[in-house]
Formats: sequence, C-alpha cells, structure tokens
Amino acid sequence: MSASSAFNEEKGGSSSVGEPEYGHDPASGGIFSSDYKRHDDLKEMLDSNKDSLKLEAMKRIVAMIARGKNASDLFPAVVKNVACKNIEVKKLVYVYLVRYAEEQQDLALLSISTFQRGLKDPNQLIRASALRVLSSIRVTIIVPIMMLAIKEAASDMSPYVRKTAAHAIPKLYSLDPEQKDQLIEVIEKLLADKTTLVAGSVVMAFEEVCPERIDLIHKNYRKLCNLLIDVEEWGQVVIINMLTRYARTQFLNPNMNDEEEEEKEKKAEAPMAKRKPYVMDPDHRLLLRNTKPLLQSRNAAVVMAVAQLYFHLAPKVEVGVIAKALVRLLRSHSEVQYVVLQNVATMSIKRRGMFEPYLKSFYIRSTDPTQIKVLKLEVLTNLANETNISTILREFQTYIKSMDKDFVAATIQAIGRCATNIGEVRDTCLNGLVQLLSNRDELVVAESVVVIKKLLQMQPEKHSDIIKHMAKLTDNIQVPMARASILWLIGEYCEHVPKIAPDVLRKMAKSFTNEEDIVKLQIINLAAKLYLTNSKQTKLLTQYVLNLAKYDQNYDIRDRARFIRQLIVPTEKSGALSKYAKKLFLALKPAPVLESPFKDRDHFQLGSLSHLLNAKAGGYQELPDWPEAAPDPSVRNVEVKDSVRAVGTVTCRDRESEQSSEEEERKHQRKSDQQKSDSESESDEESDSESSQSESDDSDSEADVKKKKKDPVCNNRKHKCIDSCFNSLVLCLQNISPCSALKSYELLHRIRGEGLSVEYCFSRQPFSPDGNMVAVQMQFTNNATSEAKNLHMEDVKLQSGMRVKEFPEIELLPAGETATAVMGIDFCDSTQAANFQLCTHTRKFFVSIQPPVGELMRPVFLTENEFKKEQGELISVTCRPPTPFLSDSRFNSIRFILFCIAQNLPCGSDKECRFAGRTVTSGSLVLATVATKEGGAAQLTVNCEKMVIGTMLVKDVLLALTQ
Amino acid sequence: MIHSLFLINASGDIFLEKHWKSVVSRSVCDYFFEAQERASEPENVPPVIPTPHHYLISVLRHRIYFVAVIQSEVPPLFVIEFLHRVVDTFQDYFGVCTEAAIKDNVVVVYELLEEMLDNGFPLATESNILKELIKPPTILRTMVNTITGSTNVGEQLPTGQLSVVPWRRTGVKYTNNEAYFDVVEEIDAIIDKSGSTITAEIQGVIDACVKLTGMPDLTLSFMNPRLLDDVSFHPCVRFKRWEAERILSFIPPDGNFRLLSYHVSSQNLVAIPVYVKHNITFREGSSQGRFDLTLGPKQTMGKAVEAVLVSSQLPRGVLNANLNASQGTYTFDPVTKMLTWDVGKINPQKLPSLKGSMNLQAGASKPDENPTINIQLKIQQMAISGLKVNRLDMYGEKYKPFKGIKYMTKAGKFQVRT
Repeated sequence: MSASSAFNEEKGGSSSVGEPEYGHDPASGGIFSSDYKRHDDLKEMLDSNKDSLKLEAMKRIVAMIARGKNASDLFPAVVKNVACKNIEVKKLVYVYLVRYAEEQQDLALLSISTFQRGLKDPNQLIRASALRVLSSIRVTIIVPIMMLAIKEAASDMSPYVRKTAAHAIPKLYSLDPEQKDQLIEVIEKLLADKTTLVAGSVVMAFEEVCPERIDLIHKNYRKLCNLLIDVEEWGQVVIINMLTRYARTQFLNPNMNDEEEEEKEKKAEAPMAKRKPYVMDPDHRLLLRNTKPLLQSRNAAVVMAVAQLYFHLAPKVEVGVIAKALVRLLRSHSEVQYVVLQNVATMSIKRRGMFEPYLKSFYIRSTDPTQIKVLKLEVLTNLANETNISTILREFQTYIKSMDKDFVAATIQAIGRCATNIGEVRDTCLNGLVQLLSNRDELVVAESVVVIKKLLQMQPEKHSDIIKHMAKLTDNIQVPMARASILWLIGEYCEHVPKIAPDVLRKMAKSFTNEEDIVKLQIINLAAKLYLTNSKQTKLLTQYVLNLAKYDQNYDIRDRARFIRQLIVPTEKSGALSKYAKKLFLALKPAPVLESPFKDRDHFQLGSLSHLLNAKAGGYQELPDWPEAAPDPSVRNVEVKDSVRAVGTVTCRDRESEQSSEEEERKHQRKSDQQKSDSESESDEESDSESSQSESDDSDSEADVKKKKKDPVCNNRKHKCIDSCFNSLVLCLQNISPCSALKSYELLHRIRGEGLSVEYCFSRQPFSPDGNMVAVQMQFTNNATSEAKNLHMEDVKLQSGMRVKEFPEIELLPAGETATAVMGIDFCDSTQAANFQLCTHTRKFFVSIQPPVGELMRPVFLTENEFKKEQGELISVTCRPPTPFLSDSRFNSIRFILFCIAQNLPCGSDKECRFAGRTVTSGSLVLATVATKEGGAAQLTVNCEKMVIGTMLVKDVLLALTQ
Repeated sequence: MIHSLFLINASGDIFLEKHWKSVVSRSVCDYFFEAQERASEPENVPPVIPTPHHYLISVLRHRIYFVAVIQSEVPPLFVIEFLHRVVDTFQDYFGVCTEAAIKDNVVVVYELLEEMLDNGFPLATESNILKELIKPPTILRTMVNTITGSTNVGEQLPTGQLSVVPWRRTGVKYTNNEAYFDVVEEIDAIIDKSGSTITAEIQGVIDACVKLTGMPDLTLSFMNPRLLDDVSFHPCVRFKRWEAERILSFIPPDGNFRLLSYHVSSQNLVAIPVYVKHNITFREGSSQGRFDLTLGPKQTMGKAVEAVLVSSQLPRGVLNANLNASQGTYTFDPVTKMLTWDVGKINPQKLPSLKGSMNLQAGASKPDENPTINIQLKIQQMAISGLKVNRLDMYGEKYKPFKGIKYMTKAGKFQVRT
C-alpha cells in the first residue's frame, strides 16, 4: 500500500487543494485521488446527458480502479449508464460492473434486464457480449438466469455465441458448484460441436468443471484430434493436455514390450508366454500424428504441450522429434527458458539420447541469469557420459572461473556428480577439485571440500594425502559446512591419518565454543571416533570436548554429548551397547549417491505447474498409469446420424467435410487452391497412410453393417435384395434423360400469398442471357377473386458472388389465371439460398430459392480415357449404398439428383456406369461412377474438384435411396 | 486460469492492477517482493513463486514486472507466453512499453486487458482483431477525440473474431500496395580463448510488413529451403504446403508480423564474421592490469561489418581503466564494472584496437576470473547462412503489389572467452 500512497503524494498533490478540474485530461494525473468532493464531480458528470462528459467520468473511474483505488460509492451513478448508446461508455461501465457487482449485489440487479435484452439481439456479437458480462457478474441471485442464458446460448446459431457460452460455464460453476450436473449436460452438448471456435473453450470448461468425466470425451475424441490444428493456440494447449490424460486411460503403453525386456534382462526367467506383440490403437496413432505439426507453433506453450504429450505417450523411438523444438525454445525469453529447461532436465534423465545431439545448445554464456545457468548445468550433467565427458569437463573448467560465485558452486557440485556417475574420470575430477582447494574464494573452497568428501568416501584408502591436505585447511576455512565435512572425513578415516587426527581434535577443542552447531556436532563425532581408535592420546581431549558440549546452549549438542558419553566411556552402569560402540561408529558406510533433483519428477505431467514446483498444485489432475489391458476402443466410434449405415468416407485429407456446411462454404473459397495443389503434390506415403486410416474406419462401419445383418428378421430378405437393388439403381441411372420429371417446388403458398401461389422448377435448359446462370421457371397462379398487378421482384439478398437476372414484370394476372416467367440465378456452385421479395401492387412477400445440388450441374461428354484421367486428378467421395429397397416410386428422386450427370458415358465393363457433368458457374468437372463389387455391394464414387459439391451429391443420392 | 495481473515497476510500486475473477488483495505481491529481495539481480527472480493460497507467475520486460496471480494448476508456459503477448500488444499500441506509456494510456490498457482475457482464459490475442476492437492511440486521433468527443473504441462490431482467417481484418484498403520482407539472421557463438569456435549456430527470422488490399494469398519460395533445419510459423502459414513443397503459402495478417523463425542446422559450418585478438592480464602483486583488444573482419563475403559494439564485464577488483581507442569511444562504469566500446564500422585496412591499463584496488589480490567479451555487429545485405528468397507471388487479388526483400546479419549472443 505504501506504493500507492507514494504515488498520491507525487501525482495527486493537487487534490488537497480541492480545486475542481473539469475537462482535465484523464491520463495526465490528478485523477487517482480518493477525495469525496471529486466523486461528486464524477457523479454530476455521469448524470449529465452529454456522452463526452460521461466518457470523461468513466475514464477517470477506470483509472481509479486500475490504481486499486476504491470507487464503489459511485456504483448507483455508474450502473444507470449501462444502457448508454456510446459504445466506449458502455464498455467502461461493463468493466466497472464486473469489478464491483460482487460488492453491491442488490444494485447490480438493476443492470440485469439490459443484458437479458442483449441476449435476444439479432446481432451475434451483441448476444455474445451480453452473455459475457452477465456471466461475469458474480451475484448469486442471478444463478438461475445465468443457467438459462447459458443453456440457450449453447444452442445458438452462431459459433461465437456458443464459444461465449462455453466460457461462461466455469464462471457459473465457481459461483455455484451445485449447478454441476446441469452444466455437465451443457458441456456434453458443446463437446459435440464441430466448429474450431468452440472446441478450445469447451475443453477448458470441461477441465475446470468435470475433468473426471473422461467418458464424455470418447465420442468426440477423433473430432478433437482432427480439429486440433485449426483451433486457436490457447485452446490447443488445453486440448492437448486433456488428450494426454485421456490417452493414458484408453490406450496401451507403447513401450510395454521394451520395458518387459528390460525386466527380463534383470531376471532371466521371465515367463515367455505373457509377451504378446504390441499393436498401436489407430486412435493413439491419430493423436500422435495430428499433434506433431504443432511442434512448429510460434507459441511456446503449444510446443511444450506437444512435447509433454510425446514424452508421455509416444513409443520410445519417436520421442526424439521433440528435442529440436524444445531446444528452439531456449532462444526465447528467459522465463520461457527457465520453464523449458526444468522440463528438459526431467526428460534428459529418462531419455538421455534425445538431447545428446544438442549438447552444445546448453553451453552457458556469461550473460545468462544465474537461475538459467544452474538449470543448464543440471542438463549438461544429466547428459554426461563416457564419450562426451571430456568436452563437458573442459567446459566446466571455464565455468569455474566465472564471476558468478553461486554458479561456480553449482559447477563444483556438477563436477562431483559427473565424477560419481562416470568412474573413468573420477581421479581427474578429484585432482581438479583438490586444486580448487587453493582457490582464493572461500565459497569455492568450501564447496569443493563438501564435494571431495563425498568422492573420497568411494575409495578413501588411496587418498590419504588429500585428507592430510584438507586437515590443514581447517585453519583457514570458515564456512561451517566445509569445516564439518573435513572433520567428518578425518574422523571417518582417522586410521589413514593417525598422526594428524589427534592434533586436529586438539585445535578444535580449543575453538569449540566459537563454532557453529553443525561443526560442534562433528567435533563430538571426531572425538568419539578417536577415543575408540586411539584412546591413549585422546582420552582427555574427548572428556574435555564432552564436558564443553554438556553445557552447550543447543539441546541437540547436549543430547549428543550425553548419548556418546554413555556409549564410549566405560562405566559400571554402561549397558550392553557399549561393547558395540566401535561397530556403531566406524561401520563401513555406503558411499552417497549424488542424484539429480529432477529424478523421478516425471510422475507429474510435464509442463505442468506441479512439475515445476515438484509439489501438487491445487486442481492438478494426476496422470494415470497405463491400463493393463486396453479398454474397448469401439466407444470412440461415432454413429452416423442417417438411418442408413453407410459412411461417406472422404479420401481427401482436409477436414472440411466434417464441418458444418456454412463454414465449409467460406473456408472452401480460401482453401480450394491449396487443396488442389495438396492433392497433386502429396507424397505417396502420406496418402497411403491416410487411406489406410480411412480403410480402418470403413471396416468399423462394415462391422456395424455386419452386426445389423445378424438381425434374424431382416437378414435373409436384405441379402437377396442386394443384387436386384443394384441392378435397378444402374437401370434408373441409365434411363434418365435431362427433361424427364421436373420437380416443382413451392415458392409461395396460396394462403400466405393471399390467393397468389407461386411454384418454381429448374427447367434444366441453358439460360440464354447468361450461360453461368441456372434457369428457374416460375409459375404464378392467381387463386384470389381479384386480379394481381405488377408482379415483380425486389430487394434481392445474396451471398457474395451470386447474381440474379430478374424475370420481366408481369403487369396483370387476372383472377383464376396462371402465368409463367423465367429468371436466372448464378448460385456460384453453392447451395446457398437466394432471398428476395416478391411484390404485387399491394403486398410484398419474402421468398427464397434454394437449389438441390444436382441442379447446379450440366451434363458433358467425355471419352473413357479422358474420364479416367480426370478422375485421377480430382478429389473423390465414396460411399457404399447399403441395402435399401428400390421401388419404382423412388426412381424419380434418383433421376432427379443424377440428371445432371445424365451423359451416361460408354464404358468397357458392365459392372460399372459412369456419368459426367460440369458445374454451371465455374465449369468444374463432376464425375460419378457406380460399380458393383463381389457379393452384390454397390459403390458410388463421386469425383469433383469441389469437395463440398461432391459430398453433398453423395449425401443426396443416399438420402434419395432411403426415402 | 489467470486470476489477476499486477504491474510492478523497478522501484517496487504496484502501478496497475486488473482482476478477471474475484478481487485478489494486492498484499499477495509481498511474496513477490520477498523473492525479489532474495534475488541478487532483477532477472534472477524466479518466474514461478508459490504462496500459501496462490501462485505468482511473472515476467520481466522493459524493467516492469508483469505478475499474474494463479489459483490452480495451469501450464506455467501458458501464462508466461500470454504475459509476453500482453507486452507485445502494449508495445504495438504505444510504441514503447514503459511505465509512463501505460499510465498515460491507462484506459486503453484496461480495455485491452478486458478483451484479451475472459474469466482468465485468453479470448482475443491477435493484434489485428484487437485493433479492430480498440483503435491504437495516435497523436492525431487523441486530438480529434478531445475536440469531437469521439472514442477509441471501434464503432463497428468486429467481425474478425468470427472469421476463418482470424489474424486478418476484413475490408483492408491501401492505395499503395506493398509487401516487404526482412530476412534477419543472428549468429550465436561462443569462441574460446584461442579463437576456435566452441559452438556457433544461426537463428533467423523473416519479419514482414504487408500492406495489401483485400484478401491476398501469397506464396514465398526459397532458392535453398534445405538450409532451414527447424522452423516455426505464424499461424497463417499452411503447414502442409511447407511439408510437401517447402513453399510458404499464406494469407498474411495486415501490417507487421513475424512470418517465420528458423534455425540453420548446426551441421553446416557457420561463418564467423569477426575475430578478436585479446590480451587481458593482471600481474600478481602489482595493482595494474593490461588490456589489449583488436578486432578484425574474418568471413564477411566482402560486406562491411557495421555498428560494432564490444562490451565486457571486468572483474570486481578493477577500479578504473585508462584505455586508448584507435576508433570509436569507450566508457567504463566504475560501479557495474561494465566496459563498453562503441567501435562503429570496421575498416579492414586499419583495424580498430583498444589498448591501455586497468587500475586495481590497492592491495587486492589478482582476480582469478577472466572477463568475457560480448560483441554486437551488423552486416547489411547478406544473410550469413546464404538463404535466399526465390520469388514471391500473389493470388486472389488483381492488382500488382510492390515487393521488397532485405537481408541482414547480426550478432546474437556472440561471446568471446578470454
């Protein structure tokens, strides 16, 4: 708080004078005062009807909030302006509301109705912002209103509003956890959403509200994997982290066999029968494949998320790919480096080979902050092995000369660890460290002593000269830890230095009272050990030390002295233990193992806060262990909504077919170029893997079909029908002629049209004024009793690119008469509706014409060679019509759909029929092939440059078949 | 996710706070100040500090600490990356990201923060979208606003957020259509005492400034794309096209953005543009030291080495330095012991040198550390890796844009150990 008062003195000095400052620039200061008079000004300004004054006041208030000043007494004055017309005022009022509503719950309710109105606005952005503010107001009374608003928004037309709904879920949950069940329903619904905009936000809501409901993910798993690359970057992080957990529960450990083998090496008689070959679940593969490109993201958090996913989920041989990306992050800001290095340190223990090629990227620069230096050192130490140790040690030698003493200390520790881990260099390291003992800096010497002590424990007998050298150091070194270490060493190995040890004890006894506690304890230890080995020389000294310790201020030391006295000094009362005193004190002690502090940290999910802190943070979800046996993979199969069990498999790898059609249209424009080149240039292996994937999907659905077939009632009948059905399909396709069976649609019903009814049909004739337009023939019937005049169209609303040629005005339509007119519409090869108003002399009617996809094409003739050539270059959409019953009455609909491809082309095989057409606007080829296969299955393939057209055509044919 | 944000200046004042959920008392920053006190240098404050009820995640940029308050598990990099994005946005809006700039534009800052996070989860971080929502302040606009009372908040509803190309705003119009690309490469190297290279690698970026009308679709191809070992893209780049053809295909954002950053594989030999001859010694017993430094061009492919700046952290025992620079000026800060020498352009005929003596504290023993020498430099019109852009094509729009490509090489973390 001192900070703010300091600021007040400096900037708000004028407030004490209290002179009013209208029109003062809000940014220039003086506005942060908490003077009550000033607040009166603000109130006045807020109450005025000038927007500029209101804005001025709101800006000052927001500046107060930013400073952390209390502005809550202005609440009534501010909340009045919630419905203000000026957008900036409105936004600033929202900022204020969200900040203070919690404190002024009753008054906040005044604003609710404004937001409720906003929720019904026709503009999606206004609906979204209303929901956003409404859900941010933390007032418990409005929980039911929020719940209702969220539910409504979750089924909104606009994906942006649905995204906002997903954001609102955790807000409501934190306000009232009782709503959990209802919120889970909403989450479930939104998880099924197919747009990239929603995906990230809803997974975030899932993680906050119900991370344990992993079952909700099953059905959406594949979709999430496929959408991932198009989701915004923050959403990607959340989804990837969630999918990592999901995969750990659903798939088998890909390294299972390796680990078994390792175990087997340890104990030779492992049971052979238990091993079975590991096959990766295709869904597991899908996840790994779809996340890999994200290693190239510019967002460090995304890269880290993918890296941890690979570390936790990928087979050993594939984990290596993440190293390069992680090393790249080391070029980033030092905070990013800090987090990445922590994770690299953990990874490099488990998978050392992965980072070895990048060893030099971890070399330390003198300009690195100390915390980064220490972490790099940790990684270098982890990476050290027999082959690279000499370069690493050379590098360490330069580090020791650094000016940063903390870093030098860490380097000495690191050398110690290298020496214990790699036997060959132990002596070299030890010599180097001994040289450091003559360093001028005491910290360096002390650190060296501590490390040498640990190293000596491994082979003390060889190094008595080092121990002697260190004994001399006791005169100079003041650092307690180092002194304690030396004393311990001399005590432990007093037999190697029989002459020096008692002398050291003598000196220590002299300075005992001035030593630190940790040193005192070691002096007692030394005394005890010497007493046991060389009691003749040291008996009195020991007595003296123990007596000093007896009256020490520290109870630990007093305790220790009492305990040792009982143990070593034989008295008549001494117990059985004193016989064993020598064994107790001078037992052979195992050499310490110098371990990385990052060892076993990988039981925390990498990249998480908990991993960084090495402690469980609130809300951390444990990374589950791999299951012993894989759970049923079929839970992830998504049922096709059509009653037909046919899967329209798209062999093109773009995900567009899975997205809602409106977005598809838009995206199409953008990606069509790319798509073309993609499909042309794609390497074979890529497409191979793709098709194998789709095959596996196919086989799933086939399995479904088979299951269906087992249904005893239908089974036989269906089986018989297959042949006949296919034949009739071929038949009907062959017999279509362009002019047969024009279907009419209703444009205006006579009741709505007050007697005027209008029907239209697609005449399938070229529209002469403009070849790119589809001709629409309209039939007007006047059923009313009075005549209709001046029939014409107005106010045409079209999607971009579409054009309309209006029909000529019909001046008079007497009662009971009919008239026809032809108009042309360029649909731009999309099935978007053309909306316009149909006007008579008295009324206007809103009508719209939407073409079936088949009406967007015209037949063309191709030779077989041309056909095959084109087919190879176009994206194909395939489907297998299952076993519907084709009756005569259905023929028309099929004809209707395929009329466009009516140019039935000559074909070598009677098992195959081919059709070709071109779209009206762009003239893209549409090719269709119907083929019979063994067993009577039929397959319809549509090849088209425009994926959307192809997919829709297939869908329409299927739909027609089932009707 | 992110609960609150505190901005703290170098002298430890909290000068801005923003809460996205319930208010967290600013006393939580006391834990941060404690950690700050413990750290010897400002950059040594740990980025993640646990407190009893919260976690503090901070970044330090432009001598301002951005401290985010977290209450539960969240990937730390997520927060750090977001905070850096906040700083980048401020810089983009105000030109500089200083305490004064933030205080002057406190309302815009608040509006920005409000849009960037919803309930602590990032909402709109793309600068193009934000600029549609909140117009950046310019001198002209500030004047107009004061006179007419109009606002900084965009009148139209932003449609960018709904777009499938969220990074580009709609309805862009320019009279001069231009696209400029800067290929900037940095050499990171450590050179040891004897002048041999311990490690050297090249990191490069392509920064773009694209001012094109409508929705242009650009492709950029390289003469030698194989050089690029590891790349990371702006989200606009179509990854699959790169995988298949090694071509960058993208619909660019409007204005300045970083298209690509890359790393040139360390297998390639890296050309080191300068060499350093140095002789820095301290004699035992005397309070004098010798300092002798000469720079020369090495592998520069005939281009001039410019804007050379040498800096070195001298040992603590050094009191002052009496040096003689053959070219440029040098300064020695007796407090931080930092020696900087602004050399300028290297003339191969007359190599720049800095010679003289250093005075040590009387009676102090010879310092046993050796200072390292950091070098900054610039070479125009050359990318040291040899990377070359082949061509830039535009589809989707009819007009002919003006295209420009510039190459530059800089020293990144270029250190010479002595």
